[in-house]
Amino acid sequence: MDINAFILFWAAIFTSNILLTNFLGMCSYLSISREVESSFGLGMAVFFVLTVTAGLNWVIYYHILVPFDLIYLQFIVFIIVIAAFVQLLEMLIERFTPALYYTLGIFLPLITVNCAIFGVSLFLVIRKYSFIQSVAYGAGSGIGWLLAILMLAGIRNRLKEKMIPQGLQGAGISLIVTGIMALAFIGFSGIVIVQ
Amino acid sequence: MFVSIIQDIGITSLVSGGLALILVIAQRYLNDYGDCKIDINGKRLITLKGGSSLLNALSENQIFIPSACGGKGSCGTCKCQVLEGGGPLLPTEKPLLTTKEMTGNVRLACQIKVKSDVRIHIPESIFNIRRFQGVVSKIEDYTYDIKGVIITLTEPETIDFKAGQYVQLETPIYAKVRQKVGRAYSISSDPGNDRQIQLIIRYVPEGICTTWVHQYLNEGDQISFTGPYGDFFIRDTSADMIFVAGGSGKAPIKSILEYLSRVGTTRRMRYLFGARTCKDLYLTGEMHAFEQVFDDFEYIPVLSKPCPEENWQGRIGYVMPVFPELITDPANTEAYLCGSPAMIESVKKALIELGVPKDRIYYDSFG
Repeated sequence: MDINAFILFWAAIFTSNILLTNFLGMCSYLSISREVESSFGLGMAVFFVLTVTAGLNWVIYYHILVPFDLIYLQFIVFIIVIAAFVQLLEMLIERFTPALYYTLGIFLPLITVNCAIFGVSLFLVIRKYSFIQSVAYGAGSGIGWLLAILMLAGIRNRLKEKMIPQGLQGAGISLIVTGIMALAFIGFSGIVIVQ
Repeated sequence: MFVSIIQDIGITSLVSGGLALILVIAQRYLNDYGDCKIDINGKRLITLKGGSSLLNALSENQIFIPSACGGKGSCGTCKCQVLEGGGPLLPTEKPLLTTKEMTGNVRLACQIKVKSDVRIHIPESIFNIRRFQGVVSKIEDYTYDIKGVIITLTEPETIDFKAGQYVQLETPIYAKVRQKVGRAYSISSDPGNDRQIQLIIRYVPEGICTTWVHQYLNEGDQISFTGPYGDFFIRDTSADMIFVAGGSGKAPIKSILEYLSRVGTTRRMRYLFGARTCKDLYLTGEMHAFEQVFDDFEYIPVLSKPCPEENWQGRIGYVMPVFPELITDPANTEAYLCGSPAMIESVKKALIELGVPKDRIYYDSFG
C-alpha cells in the first residue's frame, strides 16, 4: 500500500473514521458517552492503546507470525498482546500518574475488549501497511474514535433537556445520532482512499 | 506435521509466556510502594508493605473491619473514615456511599489501595473484633429449614459482645466450593455466657455458607469466625420497646431477651414474630416463658398463611396491622427490627406512619 503515513493519519481521523465508517468499538462508545469528561478519559486511553498496539502487533505479525507460518493464529496472538499491553499500561499509569489513573479508572481494563483496537490490528495486516503507516493509522484511528465519542457525549449532554419519545431514550437516540454523524462524515469520503 | 504442530504451540506459548513474564516483572517493581504507615485513630500505628487493599492490610494486623462480600466492592459494609492518603473517590465506591458519607471522607476499605501513609478513623469497638476458633458442640433442628448451632470457643476462650451483635462465620473449602467466604450471623445466646455462642441459621438454597452449615457441618467440627460486629443492641433508656422479627431474625432478639432477663428490666416490651405457617415457628415455648420473667412482656407470633389443618388459634396476616394495638405511646417507643430487607422496609414505613421517631428504629437487615 503506497500512501503517505501523514495522509493516512488524517484519513483515519476523517475520511475513514474507525467508528463512524466501520462502526467498530460501539459498546463502550454507547455506554461511556453520558459525560464529556469520562468519554474524554476513555477516548485518550483508546488513542494511546491503539497507537502502541498497532506498532506492537505489526512487529509481532511480520517478525514472528509470518516467518514461522503462524498467520492462522493472528487473532489469538493479537488479543493476547492487546490484553497484556493494557495490563502493563494500567500498572504504569497507576504507579507514575495516580491522577490520570483515577480519571481513567475503570475504563482502562474495558479497552481490552474494545473491538476498534482489534479491528485496527487486523486492518493493518489486510491492507499491508508498513510499520510507520501502521502506527500512523493506529494513532489516527484513536483520535478519530476520541473525536466521535466526544461529539456524541456533547450531543447527549444537550439531549438531556430535550423531550425524547420514551422508546428512543438511551441507546436508541444515541444510535440515531451516531447514524446522522456518520452521514456527515460521508462528506469527507473520496478525498483519500485508504483501502 | 507433528513437528510443525509442536513448533506452533511452542512459539505461541513463547509469545504469551514472554508477555506474562514482562507483566510479572512489572508487577514486582511497579507494585512496590515500600513501607507505608497506617495511623488508626491517632492511637495505633501499623507499618506494612504497600500495595494491598486497606481492608486486607488491616485484617493482616488483626483489625477486622466488617465485610460481607469479601472485598468485591458489592456490599458496602467495609465503610471507614479515611482522613489522609486514600486518594480520590473511585467510581466503584460511589454507588455505595451517600452524599453525607462522601463529604465525611467515608470510603470503602476494600477498594482503597495502601500506596502511601494513610490516616484513618474507625469506631473504637472495631478494636474489640478478633478472630475466634471454636468447636461445634451442638446442632439443633428448630424447623425444617432453621438450625441452631452452639459453638464452644477454644482460641481465645472467651468473647465479649453486646446482645444483638453479629459474627462473621468463615466457611472452609468444601465440595464444589473452591473459595473461603465469610457470612454474617447474629449471636442468639446471652452475652453472660462468654465461653459459648449460639447462632440460628436458616437454609438458603444454593447459599454457600448455609448449605455448609446444614449439610456438611457436624458436632465436634472446628469452626472459625470474626466478631463481634454491629450496632444493633439495646439502648439504655426507659422507653417502651417493640421487637419485630421474621425467620432467623429471632436470633439477636433472643440474645437481647436473655440478657434483659438476667439483668432485669421494667420496660414495656412487645415481641412480634412474623412467619408463614406453623411449620416456621420455633422456640415458641421459650419466648412465651419470658412473659413470666418480665413485668410487662408479650410474645405474639403472627402467621401469614396458616394451613387449615394446623388449627391456628393466633393472629393471621402481616405484622404491620397489629402495631396500633401494641404501641400505646409511639413517641416514647424504641423499635428493634430484624429480618429481610423487604420486611424491614415495610415495617419501618408503618412504624414511622404511626409516629415512632425515625432515629429510634434500630434494625439488622440481612440480604
